[in-house]
Amino acid sequence: MAEEKRVMLGQEGAETGSALRKALSLKPADVAFEVREAKLLGRGGAGFPTGVKWVLAGGASGERKYIICNADEGEPGTFKDRVLLDEYTEKILEGMAIAGHAIDADTGIIYLRAEYPYLIPRIMEARQNLIDRGLLGENIGGTDFSFDIEIRPGAGAYVCGEETSLMESMEGRRGEPRNKPPFPTNQGFLGMPTVINNVETFAAIPHIVLEGAEWYQALGRGENSGTKLFSVSGDVENPGVYELPLGSSVCELLELAGGKDTQAVQVGGASGATIGPDELDRCMSFADLPPGGSVIVFDRSRDMLDVLENFMEFFVHESCGQCTPCREGNMRLLDVIADLKAGRIESMKQLKPYFQLAETMKLGSKCGLGQTSSNCFVDIVSKFVDLPDDVKGDA
Amino acid sequence: MPNVSVTINGRKLDVREGVTILEAARSAGIEIPTLCYHPDISIAGNCRMCVVEVEGWRTLPAACVTPVTPNMTIMTNSPRVRRARRSTLQLLLASHNSNCPECERNGNCELQDLAEQHNITVNPFQTDEKPSSIEEASPGVMRDNSKCIMCTRCVRTCEELQSVAVIKPVGRSKDVTIGTFMEKGLNGVPCTQCGQCINRCPTGALFEKSEVEEVWEAIEDPEKFVVVQTAPATRVGIAEALGLPTGRNTGQMVAALKRLGFNRVLDTDFTADLTIMEEGFELIHRLKKALVEGDKDVHLPMMTSCSPGWVKFIEHKYPQLLPNVSTCKSPQQMFGALAKTYLADKEDVDPANVVSVSMMPCTAKKFEKERDEMRDSGYQDVDYVLTVREVARMIRDMDIDFENLPEEKYDRWMGQSSGAAIIFGATGGVMEAALRTAYEVVTGQEVPFEGLNIEPVRGMQGVREAAITMPDDMAEGFEFLAGATLKVAVAHGLANARKVMDKVAAGEADYHFIEIMACPGGCLGGGGQPIPTDADIRQARARAIYDEDAHLPLRKSHENPEIQALYAEFLKEPLGHKSHELLHTHYHKRED
Repeated sequence: MAEEKRVMLGQEGAETGSALRKALSLKPADVAFEVREAKLLGRGGAGFPTGVKWVLAGGASGERKYIICNADEGEPGTFKDRVLLDEYTEKILEGMAIAGHAIDADTGIIYLRAEYPYLIPRIMEARQNLIDRGLLGENIGGTDFSFDIEIRPGAGAYVCGEETSLMESMEGRRGEPRNKPPFPTNQGFLGMPTVINNVETFAAIPHIVLEGAEWYQALGRGENSGTKLFSVSGDVENPGVYELPLGSSVCELLELAGGKDTQAVQVGGASGATIGPDELDRCMSFADLPPGGSVIVFDRSRDMLDVLENFMEFFVHESCGQCTPCREGNMRLLDVIADLKAGRIESMKQLKPYFQLAETMKLGSKCGLGQTSSNCFVDIVSKFVDLPDDVKGDA
Repeated sequence: MPNVSVTINGRKLDVREGVTILEAARSAGIEIPTLCYHPDISIAGNCRMCVVEVEGWRTLPAACVTPVTPNMTIMTNSPRVRRARRSTLQLLLASHNSNCPECERNGNCELQDLAEQHNITVNPFQTDEKPSSIEEASPGVMRDNSKCIMCTRCVRTCEELQSVAVIKPVGRSKDVTIGTFMEKGLNGVPCTQCGQCINRCPTGALFEKSEVEEVWEAIEDPEKFVVVQTAPATRVGIAEALGLPTGRNTGQMVAALKRLGFNRVLDTDFTADLTIMEEGFELIHRLKKALVEGDKDVHLPMMTSCSPGWVKFIEHKYPQLLPNVSTCKSPQQMFGALAKTYLADKEDVDPANVVSVSMMPCTAKKFEKERDEMRDSGYQDVDYVLTVREVARMIRDMDIDFENLPEEKYDRWMGQSSGAAIIFGATGGVMEAALRTAYEVVTGQEVPFEGLNIEPVRGMQGVREAAITMPDDMAEGFEFLAGATLKVAVAHGLANARKVMDKVAAGEADYHFIEIMACPGGCLGGGGQPIPTDADIRQARARAIYDEDAHLPLRKSHENPEIQALYAEFLKEPLGHKSHELLHTHYHKRED
């Protein structure tokens, strides 16, 4: 297996704790400002500016504040957070502690995907190491700052990767998204100001604190700041986790991973975008193909309708069932996929209500799940299904 | 809050900062369709019917839940909004049992109205029929999940207004349903049968267990002597149920019931007056035992027992406080016990042939009549309970022109009543009626409130408290109460009842008498009343009730001549032997 490229994480780094010690020598607000300057966008996929979140939560008032690490990695084809939690555990815990200092939170919680229980001993061991070395627990580094970390295992619902559903789940209720506002930075876990970031986001924090915002920005390609991890799977010779400059093109990644005879690439997982062979020079960035973390490669031996059906079955299973477009819509799209596979659809015109449905789901669903689950339908049907009377959706 | 400027459909508006887009639009007369929104409960934002377009926003936010921000530009009927609304409606209808002619809510259904309004004639997603799936286990409230659109208005009603929380979404995605714990059904969980969920269901997924056919059969049976009693709040509900404005329609209601073929049309208000006599004397009796005899076993505060949803609630949730509940049966059940004894005797009919029907604003009454405690006449005291909605259906079925009916009067023996009885239909009314009589009994004087209107116990505030200090000059035998201050509390809606019960259970309440009604607003907001309901509608019904009271010559229960005759000829005295046999009972801790 060829080596998985790791642009930033692969560098010989400073000792764990040096970033936290440096952060503790700075005012909390200055740490948040530095992260904002670094233009780090949330690595879970939505791409909200992390520093802005921290500044908002830092300024919000509440009896307590919380740092949550979203480790409910559930997007089909994504496994980068598992690798991070396994190989860079202390770095993530350190990033959470730095966030705690930045917003004055004393508790960090890792919401861990139900399928990753074997990581719990690994994480708890790292936590103990950091406590033993005075980097977690009471009065860290002799300062007033105390911070500890606990783990809450999820129960297997994809929607709980959505931040407000995750908090509902942590509070013991059905995992269903909340209405926003209020946003978690004001009223999050237990109604308290909360910063919730993806595992990968926390992994970048110690680097930003130690090397500075400018250094981090320069790691990215063009307008993009920093690096991004990609879980590459499917029809490639070297599947694995690659860390590349944010803004790298799909073909760069395919070259590293060894993709041949590529028919389609899905960037950002089942809810992301599906591109054809003529689009491989597109960039994986928040401005072009939003990079959740998953890159699934399909060669010409694959029937893309099978792929679509598989993804749609996933969404039909994982919708929380709360809002109408997502609860009812995915099911109707799955129905029409069956019709397509069986040859019961003869023209694009017949699909027009379904493209309209896809638009309604995208525009009208309550959370990111329903807003993105029809992407694969629109992309795959319009790019890979050959039917006469081409009536495009999204009119 | 300062005002902010927003633009809706090109119109510039000044609205209060923090209001939702929906509130802003409606304040300007701009209608936005909603389904999961209901003004009585929290906002869910899940049906997505009310999506609007906001300039600069990527998605279409739900108007019900999105606050306006300064200079927001909103479109409520842009092409994208119109298309999204249309697909959403199509999706809901495709998963809905749309057999409208067979539905209780045909003609009064929010989904049906929206489908018509938005011209949904063709539905590409409609693939198969959805058969009914009716849960019949419960005596009052029925559910048909095939008509459920998952708006969760029932769930929020049960949890927020009633603090009962026995229905919840179960499962996920397309398999999600509103379910009960371990699928035990409403009868297997601590459902109070209050029916508030029915009043807020936008479709026909929740409805009462109908007894209309049984009542028609009884009416048509020449052997049967069918009597109907009408609860206080029904007379201000019936017009609404027939599509007319809220009003005082007692005379027309009596006339309509006579035309339906009931042998006697009588009044629950009569037994409401009787309840005041029994309950008022029970309170005085408890106070005397506690204050004069120092009896430590007397349970105070005494609590009312008229509302069967409330009684079931306390049996489930606060069984330790059951000794505080008045031993009086509810007016419906007092009527039932007398119908097959006193009335049968007066009318000279065989009690076995008396069919006792009640017209109630309530679904829990359907449960109450089935209780084992309610057979003291030697028969089931009340045979059938019809909600106001069911009676309205019968009136429509008979093509009765309700609006133009000449008014008629109740039949005799158990048809006369006072204004004190009518106000039983509003929260605080039982308290007011009891005070009008009890105060006069112990002091020999009328209650010291202008026009006998005891304003402190009226109103719609969830929990109300009042205190009345007795004069030094008392009636003979009641000197022990001279100068004493009677403290009372009134709560409506079970979530408010819970607040008061928590205080009582913790020993933090010094009340002597508490009135609890299970439903918001009291019986005028009951689960058997016309749909829809909201604060304004309940207020209008309350106005009609207090109006009726103010216009009656009799205002105090003890002055009701038929009540006086009942005591003289049959019961002898309040709390007497016969009363105990027929009109009082005890309730017990309930496990399910």
